[in-house]
Amino acid sequence: MNKIGLVIAREYLTRVKKKSFIIMSIVGPILIAGLFVVPILLSIYGGDTKTIVVKDESGLFAQSFDGGDIEIEFSSLPDDSLKSQVLSEKYDGYLRIPQVDVDKPVDIELSSKSNLGIDVSSDLRKAIRNEIEEIKLKRSGIDQATLDNLKADVDVKTFDLSKDGKTEETSAGGASMIGWISAFLIYMFIFIYGAQIMRGVIEEKTSKVVEVVISSVKPFQMMMGKVIGIAGVGLTQLVIWIVLSQLLIAGATVVLGTTMGDPQAVTESMSQPEVQEAQNQFMSEAMSTLDKMNLPLIIVSFLFFFLGGYLLYGSLFAAVGSAVDSDADSQQFMLPVSIPLILSIVMLGPIINDPNGSLAFWMSIIPFTSPVIMMMRVAFGVPIWQLILSMSLLIGGFIFTIWVAGRIYRVGILMHGTKVNYKILAKWFMTKQ
Amino acid sequence: MELLKVENISKAYASHQALNDVSLSIPKQSIYGLLGPNGAGKTTLIRIITQIVNADAGNVYLHGNQITPEDIRKIGYLPEERGLYKKMKVGEQLIYLSRLKGLSRAESVRRIKHWLEKLGIAEWWNKNVEDLSKGMAQKVQFIATVLHEPDLLILDEPFSGFDPVNANLIKDEILELRDKGATVIFSTHRMESVEELCDHIALINKSEKILEGEKKDIKNSYKANTYLVDHIGQLGMLDADFKISNSQPHEEDSNMTSSEIVIQNGLNCNDLLRALIEKVEVHSFIEKIPSINDIFISKVEGGNHE
Repeated sequence: MNKIGLVIAREYLTRVKKKSFIIMSIVGPILIAGLFVVPILLSIYGGDTKTIVVKDESGLFAQSFDGGDIEIEFSSLPDDSLKSQVLSEKYDGYLRIPQVDVDKPVDIELSSKSNLGIDVSSDLRKAIRNEIEEIKLKRSGIDQATLDNLKADVDVKTFDLSKDGKTEETSAGGASMIGWISAFLIYMFIFIYGAQIMRGVIEEKTSKVVEVVISSVKPFQMMMGKVIGIAGVGLTQLVIWIVLSQLLIAGATVVLGTTMGDPQAVTESMSQPEVQEAQNQFMSEAMSTLDKMNLPLIIVSFLFFFLGGYLLYGSLFAAVGSAVDSDADSQQFMLPVSIPLILSIVMLGPIINDPNGSLAFWMSIIPFTSPVIMMMRVAFGVPIWQLILSMSLLIGGFIFTIWVAGRIYRVGILMHGTKVNYKILAKWFMTKQ
Repeated sequence: MELLKVENISKAYASHQALNDVSLSIPKQSIYGLLGPNGAGKTTLIRIITQIVNADAGNVYLHGNQITPEDIRKIGYLPEERGLYKKMKVGEQLIYLSRLKGLSRAESVRRIKHWLEKLGIAEWWNKNVEDLSKGMAQKVQFIATVLHEPDLLILDEPFSGFDPVNANLIKDEILELRDKGATVIFSTHRMESVEELCDHIALINKSEKILEGEKKDIKNSYKANTYLVDHIGQLGMLDADFKISNSQPHEEDSNMTSSEIVIQNGLNCNDLLRALIEKVEVHSFIEKIPSINDIFISKVEGGNHE
């Protein structure tokens, strides 16, 4: 008689059939797709361009403001009339450049009715600065050819040296992107589904269901049934998300692609070919990054650390649920359980900067932080012995936490009205049965 | 022959002694009432029998052998508070619970349909438990308890939340199960249900058993040779053998007096009758048999005054 199978099936089916699950499965991918599509849309159809009227009394900057997103009009009308035109919203801003001394450019004023935002003012400042730089350089006797020559495009390609002397091009950007997304997914799923485990346990405890079924199922079977059943829910959701977001992104790309091909749309926006080019370049770069990374290894590692981390934390969440009488009481125990998890997401930044440093190494080996941190590092490539060590320790880690949690759970689940603290948890843990 | 034997059970919680050296013997195919005021230790005792909590001392025997987890699996246990998943439908939930007890899916469905119809709630199959009232949920819980046809049923306050009609329905089901061979232990503080249902009772007060036995024996042993007499005329003084413990105007007929008379010194009721007939006009003469409620109250209050 496979009791644990029955428990798993119940935990899984009741959750998958819930409206909230179905809604999340549909809304999630839309949000994810939105994250990809919206920036592309914005870059293509741009926001509103700002029109700035410039009164250049120095006559030095006539050529300085070419290109960019800001529309520039020169005018020599008096100050007051220009200001009133800004107030009447004919222009978004008014830039007044007085007769300036290039060695000491002061008194340049930018006025606007509403705040123009940091981009506009910094773009304008940059244009002015460049012009002044160039004037000064010319003044010091450097000719235009030398000047153009000075501004070299620097493109550093990064290579990984492997033993056989071959060099492989790597892309830190792509790796950190993939590492970050998978690490974050693991972190998010552990929290969302860990909390579900905890609430499920609390529900069984407070509704006394546990007293009815405890004669038929061992506490350990109940706990593991719940943990595994909810893991199934998480995986199902993940698969739905991945499949649906792929479809959505693919669909969106097709739609966007046809718009781009439309000649009218192209003439509408002069900047579009550039965007398209940049986009193509980005895509091909991303693709080549994917090619170069060991994708099967990343997928296997992701599934492994996803499940391993979930089991490790999930059983602890179950133990917390068994110890308390209500959601509100769970806070004091939730904190120590979630600290390592939060710590690992906080440390992602430093670890992206130095994915093979000693901080990264230790955090990816210690089971409590390894699911998130190792996943980040896998994208950059880690020595296989470290990966195996980390995985073995994680297996050991979740066997250990399941064992600890099981001992607390079997006692806690039947306890009511006890003010629980760590001493009592330790006592439950030690109780013989 | 006894089915279940509880021997010298003690259990202490951090702040108080819940049970102190309690022994019970529950005969086969009986309906055994476990009585006691709130907080007496009834539920703790049941939770020890069902091995939800461990006793500090003492043993529980089923059929003469120490009770095992395997035995517990066969017990039908109805906890005082509803133990149902709120978000599940009635049908699904019962199938789940009955399959956990080891029944096949098909058999579960067959039995559940049978029971739902028997209790007149066949249309509830697709109802969510959270939409049920307390009494309705209790019906579902009752079905969950009896689905696997247990030999031993333990019902903790089975009538709480029921209206009189449904209480009767459940009462009849309990009697029917007993007649089919089941032994039923039920705990309650509602005496009227004990009066009608139980063959045996045990009274638990302040963690100790203060009374146990067959219901009729207990009632007989609490007959204090007291008679209730309705009469017209003044009793005045009777022989020293008859003690008038109470005398007051009749509740309905103002001409009449109701008196409670205790017979002493080994005389019988005929002696009393003879003595009465000489003095007053006797309209009613019955022996006062204490109700379980009276015994319960006198025992519990007696205990409290010690």
